[in-house]
Amino acid sequence: MEHRFESVAAVRDGLASVNYLADDGIAGVAYLADRLQKPVLIEGPAGTGKTQLAKSVAEMSGARLIRLQCYEGLDESKALYEWNYKKQLLRIQAERNTEASWDELSDDIFSNEFLLTRPMLEAISAKEPVVLLIDEVDRVEIETEALFLEILSDFQVSIPELGTVEATQIPLVFLTSNNTRELSEALKRRCLFLHIDYPDMERERSIVMAKTPDVSEKLAEQITRIVRSIRQLELKKAPSVSETLDWARTLVLLGIESIDADTVSDTLNILLKYQSDIEKAAKEIASVGVEA
Amino acid sequence: MSDTPAGNGVVEVAPIEVGDGLVELLNGFIVQLRLAGLPVSLTENLDAFEAVQHIPIDDREAFKYALAATLVKSNAHWRAFETVFEVYFSLRGRHFDIDGSDEAAEAAAVRDMAEGMPQEMMAGAMEAMTPEELAEMLFQALQRADDAMMRGVARQAVMRFAGMEPGRPVGGTYYLYRTLRNIDLDRLLERLMDAARDEAGELTPLEERLERDEAQIQIEHFRQEVEAEIRRRLVADRGAEAMAKTLRKPLPEDIDFMHASRDEMAALRHAIQPLTRKLAVRLARKRRHGRKGALDFRSTVRHSLSYGGVPAEPKFRYPKPSKPEIFVVADISGSVAAFARFTLHLVYALSEQFSKVRSFTFIDGIDEVTRFFDQSNDIVEAIHRVNTEADVVWVDGHSDYGHAFEVFWDRWGKEVSSKTTVLVLGDARNNYHAAQSWVMKEVAQKARHLYWLNPEPKSYWNTGDSIVGEYATHADGLYECRNLRQLTKFVEQLA
Repeated sequence: MEHRFESVAAVRDGLASVNYLADDGIAGVAYLADRLQKPVLIEGPAGTGKTQLAKSVAEMSGARLIRLQCYEGLDESKALYEWNYKKQLLRIQAERNTEASWDELSDDIFSNEFLLTRPMLEAISAKEPVVLLIDEVDRVEIETEALFLEILSDFQVSIPELGTVEATQIPLVFLTSNNTRELSEALKRRCLFLHIDYPDMERERSIVMAKTPDVSEKLAEQITRIVRSIRQLELKKAPSVSETLDWARTLVLLGIESIDADTVSDTLNILLKYQSDIEKAAKEIASVGVEA
Repeated sequence: MSDTPAGNGVVEVAPIEVGDGLVELLNGFIVQLRLAGLPVSLTENLDAFEAVQHIPIDDREAFKYALAATLVKSNAHWRAFETVFEVYFSLRGRHFDIDGSDEAAEAAAVRDMAEGMPQEMMAGAMEAMTPEELAEMLFQALQRADDAMMRGVARQAVMRFAGMEPGRPVGGTYYLYRTLRNIDLDRLLERLMDAARDEAGELTPLEERLERDEAQIQIEHFRQEVEAEIRRRLVADRGAEAMAKTLRKPLPEDIDFMHASRDEMAALRHAIQPLTRKLAVRLARKRRHGRKGALDFRSTVRHSLSYGGVPAEPKFRYPKPSKPEIFVVADISGSVAAFARFTLHLVYALSEQFSKVRSFTFIDGIDEVTRFFDQSNDIVEAIHRVNTEADVVWVDGHSDYGHAFEVFWDRWGKEVSSKTTVLVLGDARNNYHAAQSWVMKEVAQKARHLYWLNPEPKSYWNTGDSIVGEYATHADGLYECRNLRQLTKFVEQLA
């Protein structure tokens, strides 16, 4: 089996070339996922680039991205496959005048022609390299998780009427979770685990620089320092990386060179989404240094 | 390997194959992880073996991440993993070689995971320094956020100030205290701030705040380096297995409320946020799904029309179980304050699951504190105000459950109704005052449920001045709630 990635460093550089700045942990796990042919379960706060990682890996390796968005009530006809029963009905009606036996007919209507592939089946039956992204897996009920197990451990799908479809190539699989509930042991056991947290200041600054072309180095530095301070407060929802980027873009658009307290309190609503958080942060930022 | 220069007591090793050495090493590591409470299954164990074969073995960080990705499946366990990793592998590498003892050399033979720092060169120069020079060096390291230099200073500081002696049965915190006492981190913080002020001329409040945050982070970083260094030396002295045992930290959900250290409290506070979110989602789901109700005749007939009048698809009414009304009556005297705080936090974070939440706190007097939560959207702030502003002291500020209950019954007793669930939080250590347990009896008769949550271990109940048994005879349930795990379990079945 051909490996997609040469080394951890190659993964990191590759990701950097598509503007995703990975740290060692992220690059290392992506590399291992390829070597061990195991899916990666990514957890972490919202807006830290979990989904983006899968997209960027696909982009850098030139693979096709197949995405399965999870939601409550997802079932196998949406995730794996479905029989195209309308077409099957037509087929049966067309046969009515001929003398075909039922056995022949049923063999006929349960063949590949009448099978609608859904994302997971599509990912393993694709000929070209594929990255499969199963997004927000914590949204499905715990019973539905079982749907994923076969494909995650053996890269195959069993269809009762057809037999087992095995993967022609091993797709790279990423599952993301916002951790709204505990995932089952069975699922976790089959995956490599990666927790993506808020980036440290250095990395966040590089991200701001990379994604906001017009930002000056000094401004980027200031932005990330303020965001770091805000994240240390106890808030309902700490600012995510994407919110940092939004803020940076706003400041650039406003033509601000250097941030002062007024600018912060005027634009806090971009970083924070709860009124109580905004009030708290504004108060903290303004009343600085009095208490140690 | 015969021609390896053995100058600094380091043995060079060939790239690791999956030999017995590595297998044994990893197995030992996994045993330690399991002892620390992490669930590591056999498949994960095998995955870890496979994973480490794919990474360059001299890269310590990569090694750590490979193990973490295969063995740790929850972020809450990350800290425990890190500690065990550090202790277990702390001697296995040149960089951590302290005095070239047999043990260290042997370990280094198994693996050399040096981080490639110019430690040796620096260490030599540092030994000759005066304390003032060392302090100056630390100051510069902090200012420049220079990790390597910080580590060097930490190493020196521990060597000089900690006074570590082999075989002495003292915990790491003692050495940490001795080391830091000689360094005076508070003054360093002020010095860093002064330097920042000098550099920029005048600091706006915002800049001041940012500088201070930066300095504090650097100092915290240095503290961790010192801690790590002490740990390394202790491991060298006592062996990894013995150390892992003493350092084993409970997982956040297992931390005992009553005996949590400052760091553990912080860990708890971090753990409770995602926990409440999870719990809220789970409860909302439970409410939505769950039992099916009675047949909805009207809807069934309506839907039968699409089957030509045949009621093929019976429709059911979804039951709407009424949400309970919650009264929290919490003892907030010293010993159990932390427990009350976390329970209030949890209950208010889930307040959507209840039709109404009212809270009362007492020590020897009792006060209703619902107003703090109504006024503020911020639970943390509200709880802070409860602790500082609530009027809960009547005579001397020692717990008096009897008096508090009496007043509760007088003032709010008539508001307890058949919809109310009353939670009493406390250890029932009444300081030998009158028990007034008739109040509990009255409440139990009037309320839908009465539960008593006790943060003390079961074996302490009804010993000394604890009279939890007397109160709880009237309650529908008496629960031991020593940690988050037990508390969540209780709250989940409540809603």
